[in-house]
Amino acid sequence: MRAPGRGRGDPPVAGQPARYRAGAGRRFRVQRLGFALLTLMAVGTVVPIVLVVAHVLIQGAPAISWEFLSGLPRDGMRQGGILPAIVGTFYLTLGTAVFSVPLGVAAAIYLSEYAHENAWTRLIRVAIINLAGIPSVVYGLFGLGLFVLFLRFGTSILAASLTLSIMTLPVIISASEEALRAVPQAFRTVSVSLGGTRWQTIRRVVLPQAVPGILTGVILGLERAAGETAPILFTGAAFFLPRLPHSPLDATMALPYHLFVISTQVPEMPLRIQYGTALVLIAFVLGMNLIATIIRSRARARRQW
Amino acid sequence: MRAHPRAGAAEPLRNWQEAVLSRVIRLSGYSAIVFVGLIFLFLVREGLPALVEVPLADLFSARWYPIEGYFGVLPLITGSLIVTVGAMAVAIPFGIGTAMFISEIAPRWAREVLKPMVELLGGLPSVVLGFLGMLVLSPFLRQALDLPTGLTALAGSLLLAGIALPTIVSIAEDALDAVPKSYREGALALGATRWQTMWGVTLPAARSGVLTAVMLGIGRAIGETMAVMMVTGNAPVLAVRLASIVAPARTMTATIAAEMGEVASGSTHYHVLFFIGMVLFLISLAVNVAASAVVFRQRTRAERVLS
Repeated sequence: MRAPGRGRGDPPVAGQPARYRAGAGRRFRVQRLGFALLTLMAVGTVVPIVLVVAHVLIQGAPAISWEFLSGLPRDGMRQGGILPAIVGTFYLTLGTAVFSVPLGVAAAIYLSEYAHENAWTRLIRVAIINLAGIPSVVYGLFGLGLFVLFLRFGTSILAASLTLSIMTLPVIISASEEALRAVPQAFRTVSVSLGGTRWQTIRRVVLPQAVPGILTGVILGLERAAGETAPILFTGAAFFLPRLPHSPLDATMALPYHLFVISTQVPEMPLRIQYGTALVLIAFVLGMNLIATIIRSRARARRQW
Repeated sequence: MRAHPRAGAAEPLRNWQEAVLSRVIRLSGYSAIVFVGLIFLFLVREGLPALVEVPLADLFSARWYPIEGYFGVLPLITGSLIVTVGAMAVAIPFGIGTAMFISEIAPRWAREVLKPMVELLGGLPSVVLGFLGMLVLSPFLRQALDLPTGLTALAGSLLLAGIALPTIVSIAEDALDAVPKSYREGALALGATRWQTMWGVTLPAARSGVLTAVMLGIGRAIGETMAVMMVTGNAPVLAVRLASIVAPARTMTATIAAEMGEVASGSTHYHVLFFIGMVLFLISLAVNVAASAVVFRQRTRAERVLS
């Protein structure tokens, strides 16, 4: 039907029966139109993303200075720096990692190395999917109910980190399980045949091979936690606190909440500081994303199987 | 196990360690179930009293004015609905279109650019999108559509479309990629154009995955809080007309986020906010169970065909 060497789906060659060509021409006109439409849609999806990042970069860059990054807020946050918010987001991310990484990786090890495919395992998977889908503000309510009020942690870094870590858990479990499952079965067989116990096999053979994948998943999960506002609204975020937190039981400022506060709650806030804060937040989050991407691509290049 | 006599000396200790570790790992495995249960428990514990404190007819009335004791959640539910429907009207065509472009049409370089870009959008904190929505999008909408205010359900819908897009694109693209190559080759060999193959063969074959993508996108949109709170104007008005899309609205999530900080714990207002949280939890539960059921059914059907 087609001359050799032509791409699939190209319009038919001249010289074919006219009747066939007439119908085909319409079909290919439809195809050209359709492809153009889909291309436009893809462009329409990407252009706003580029515009958003570029806009924040251009508008926010002038605000970035050493004083802005390392100073305390002054004059009702209208001047000075955002150090407490940066440090607060760092602590929250760290606290989230402390709780969610061991638990998430252990759960992934269970699902990939121990669990049999039965009703309980299916229930665990449904639970993970549901955890991933619960609205972030509902996590905030849960954290308020359990950690802040019931366990009496108060609005604190501890309560907020615990809330964020439960939210992050499904991401870490899914990514880690995928990384563990990607390790070829032969590695396990060899370890066990050499006399390794199940745990030795996991600890010395499977885990080391899966570390880059796990790390990528962990960072992507923490990235989400770092950018979230709703879960920390009532569990640990402070409106204005011109000092650094001293203990895990202190409330703290955080970048996303700070951006929300200065853009909606403080009148006559200089735009420069608002954009500067947005830029620092984006840099923090996308920096983590970049690290994850680098780990992933380097691990792919060095993989042993 | 005990082939070598000297290895035996350390065995009891090792066995003991192994037993503890397996126990810990097993428990961690079940943690997801425990947390879903705990979340539901706390929402019910704090939210159900609302049903006792507020008569059902008042709870499902059209007036939300907590300071004077009006707790009608209908405006919040319709607010969430109209914003989500608006978002999906944009995100579903653009999301599936972009996924089809990436998986079926795009040259290699375009794919390498598009996929990280969409991932980047997924990583942007929603508060940043809300911030730009306030400063750039809503003034633009106000001028372009000649509205009294740009802080409308429409602005919220557009932001939510951006937030739901990465979910829809990545899952739909996975589903399209998973369609066996032989399906496409069969269609092309029968004389179909690439366009006809995409619509007639690839997309229908991937429909369950695409449906999952759409449902999870809806889930993300209903649950989003900060961006919506910042741009929708937060007026609890019953949104029942088509024109409501260009009027201010207020969603369930935004109501919780805006008001929970100021209520006394244990008050009626507090209980009602938890009740709304419970409703949101149940909606997301339904969406996610339905989404995984679609995948499950498709898989069993595929297995039947293969065996």
